Amino acid sequence: MNITLKVWRQKNSRSEGYFETHQLSGISPDMSFLEMFDVLNEKLVSENKEPVAFDHDCREGICGMCSMYINGRPHGPLKGVTTCQLHMRSFSDGDTIVVEPWRAEAFPVIKDLVVDRTAFDRIIASGGYVSVNTGNAQDANNIPVPKEHADEAFQSAACIGCGACVAACKNASAMLFVSAKVSQLALLPQGQAERAARAEKMVAQMDAEGFGACTNTGACSAECPKEISLENIARLNREFLNAKVASKLH
Amino acid sequence: MATSPRLDAKIPDGPLETKWTKYRSTVPLVNPANKRKLEVIVVGTGLAGASAAATLAELGYKVKAFCFQDSPRRAHSIAAQGGINAAKNYQNDGDSVYRLFYDTIKGGDFRAREANVYRLAEVSGNIIDQCVAQGVPFAREYGGLLSNRSFGGTQVQRTFYAAGQTGQQLLLGAYSALQRQVGAGTVKMYSRHEMLDVVIIDGKCRGIIARNLITGEIERHFGHAVLLASGGYGNVFYLSTNAMGSNVTAAWKAHKKGAFFGNPCFTQIHPTCIPVSGDHQSKLTLMSESLRNDGRIWVPKKKDDNRAPGDIPEDERDYYLERRYPAFGNLVPRDIASRAAKERCDAGYGVGASKLAVYLDYASAIERYGIAEANKNNIHNPSAEEIRQLGKAVVKEKYGNLFDMYKQITGEDPYEVPMRIYPAVHYTMGGLWVDYNLMTTVPGLYALGEANFSDHGANRLGASALMQGLADGYFVIPYTIGDYLSKEIRTPAISTDHEAFVETEKAVKERISNLLNIQGKTSPEHFHRQLGKIMWDKCGMARNREGLLSAIDEIRALRAEFWKDVRVMGGADEFNPELDKASRVADFLELGELMCIDALKREESCGGHFREEFQTEEGEALRDDENFAFVSAWEYKNESEWELHKEDLKFENIKIAQRSYK
Repeated sequence: MNITLKVWRQKNSRSEGYFETHQLSGISPDMSFLEMFDVLNEKLVSENKEPVAFDHDCREGICGMCSMYINGRPHGPLKGVTTCQLHMRSFSDGDTIVVEPWRAEAFPVIKDLVVDRTAFDRIIASGGYVSVNTGNAQDANNIPVPKEHADEAFQSAACIGCGACVAACKNASAMLFVSAKVSQLALLPQGQAERAARAEKMVAQMDAEGFGACTNTGACSAECPKEISLENIARLNREFLNAKVASKLH
Repeated sequence: MATSPRLDAKIPDGPLETKWTKYRSTVPLVNPANKRKLEVIVVGTGLAGASAAATLAELGYKVKAFCFQDSPRRAHSIAAQGGINAAKNYQNDGDSVYRLFYDTIKGGDFRAREANVYRLAEVSGNIIDQCVAQGVPFAREYGGLLSNRSFGGTQVQRTFYAAGQTGQQLLLGAYSALQRQVGAGTVKMYSRHEMLDVVIIDGKCRGIIARNLITGEIERHFGHAVLLASGGYGNVFYLSTNAMGSNVTAAWKAHKKGAFFGNPCFTQIHPTCIPVSGDHQSKLTLMSESLRNDGRIWVPKKKDDNRAPGDIPEDERDYYLERRYPAFGNLVPRDIASRAAKERCDAGYGVGASKLAVYLDYASAIERYGIAEANKNNIHNPSAEEIRQLGKAVVKEKYGNLFDMYKQITGEDPYEVPMRIYPAVHYTMGGLWVDYNLMTTVPGLYALGEANFSDHGANRLGASALMQGLADGYFVIPYTIGDYLSKEIRTPAISTDHEAFVETEKAVKERISNLLNIQGKTSPEHFHRQLGKIMWDKCGMARNREGLLSAIDEIRALRAEFWKDVRVMGGADEFNPELDKASRVADFLELGELMCIDALKREESCGGHFREEFQTEEGEALRDDENFAFVSAWEYKNESEWELHKEDLKFENIKIAQRSYK
């Protein structure tokens, strides 16, 4: 396959970025999208040019590190697929492909296609856990959880924290990410004790990080590689309202 | 044979069953006020690192944690699929701590240390309790209790799981515990940081030199103790199921500063991975061992059979694992399943375009589940199509994400046609040698999880890596570190202006500028690929003396070439993934040589280490307990120069026997 690649280059967070165009030939349809970038980078190195920086690690669709905005969509054209699991067979010979980093104020560009997503870590640190120290646990089967609750909690917990939801949202809102964690723990008996405080704290941290407001357009869920449901956002709104009505935090 | 005086494993006295309990109650403690003054560095935030960092912070220590990824949640433990073992006996099928211990020792082909493995089995149940308390959504039965499945090398159901994403859910549990401490200010997190050396002062490990991968700045960090939880070194093979960034650098630097390397040649080749599709391939993808619960592995009975799998009738299929190992069938341990697949393909029965693949078939499982579902739902006389649909739904629930991944990578639908699979490098049992306390041969320097050698012998059983990582981090190190730190309460924090920090930092900076100044013609990637090919061909699933000798020469030559001709683009003071890569490849080029030397020295076959010269008539691994029942612990002397120390393995609670799964 022959591909024309328009890729975002940006030296660092302080520099201005620009698009650079590259022609690639001999691309196999069985290659993954990132392997196509490997080919590009090998070519750039051989021409004594600096390779394109991009985040990637497991290349199995689970670590959440890869993060390319491909032809105007986070993780590209397929539903429920991360960039690393996208293969060139999803494109046609002669295609022009435009690749950009995630774009959000809360995700500043580090270099080229690499962005800083530590805001997500800070949101989890603000309350995305059950406060249980190691060694305090009772026997696991003493906490029965109805299968449907466990399954639903698992669906929410499947979030890989890649940030596609933020990149997809016109407001760069992080509601899907936050709501998935709030939902997982609200659905389980283990999460009840801190349920209200968790919703409040995580939302407050999300706002402090500079993510935008949610206007329920649903682009986040539509583009989520793990197909995290929009129901999570509805649940977070409910959790947050309940928490606020009975709030002890000021 | 006697154990080298340099290797004191510090195994507590007394009967196996009471060693750990007694040790825990007698190990010296550090009082809370002193804990606040003691600093601990944790390198790596996978299951072992995140759980250790969180737990030590909960106890009151001052912790600094480092990972090279952009977030601790992305460590490669996240990709573990199938499950985690624990001797809970929830299924009432005869499981016990002893049985898990026995299965693990036997599965490791009698090359692991009894006391460590028994402790692992003992704490396995606590891990499940801890994870459930954190809100890890394990799979459950309709009654609300936890569900189990089987893994290779066992005849009980002791594996807990969360679909095919168990590693993800466990890591997110440990990550949330870690982030809770980060939020509380007890852990300082350094993501996008790579450890580039350890700092030794007066014979003790006192800190690390790390590179901030965003700015390129070289940083000095002090710790009263340093914990390496930096994972395995499977990427020495270039193609493996490891993440692209997984590397040996932290462990290797520690090795060069005095930590002995244990059993470096013990590598796990996992039998069920998606086969290589072309030269462009950057990594291999695992298809969880849990698929062998329900899938059946076969090849055609006829050589070079090019018919589509669906056109090959039942009696012309060779279910070779069921044929050769009737007692365990498709659930034999990984080393055995891998070798059996290689044997069939080498003999000309392989399938697919490359002929380097076998089938993993779900047709009969779909039918079996379909009939069971129909019965459960009172559907009488269901049609074949109804059964198929019902069965597919059950398989989807159990393994859906794996089937989706297979389809995405190969473009084939595994619900309709059997998967094609082939063995690939997956895990390394070898690692830094540690004693019972998980301390390396350098005082104050510990190794946890896959980074140490301790629990899996020559072959790891499925679903035991997650168990070991969390056991080390949640339940072992928080106790055993007290033995060392209780003696450190009078040591004030050492200034990072200390000469040892300055010198080590200088050496790290020099190496970086050397790499950048070569300005050769060949990319680090290219050298990595070359090394991987040597390792796979000559130190992979089957090894022999001649091949290993030539591999050693080839690796030395390749390394020399690397230091003459590598081209590293970009500079030292910026975000530079090419530099990160080159630095890691340089370490792999040294490790590869040691692996081959170790494989050459071990003149027996055991577990994943298969020397072609040493096999039974039926082609099974032939151990030599008289001469090789020891751990190889290699001491680094100089480039290409190591001294071998041996730790004698004593089996006092298990009768050592030829391993049989027939």
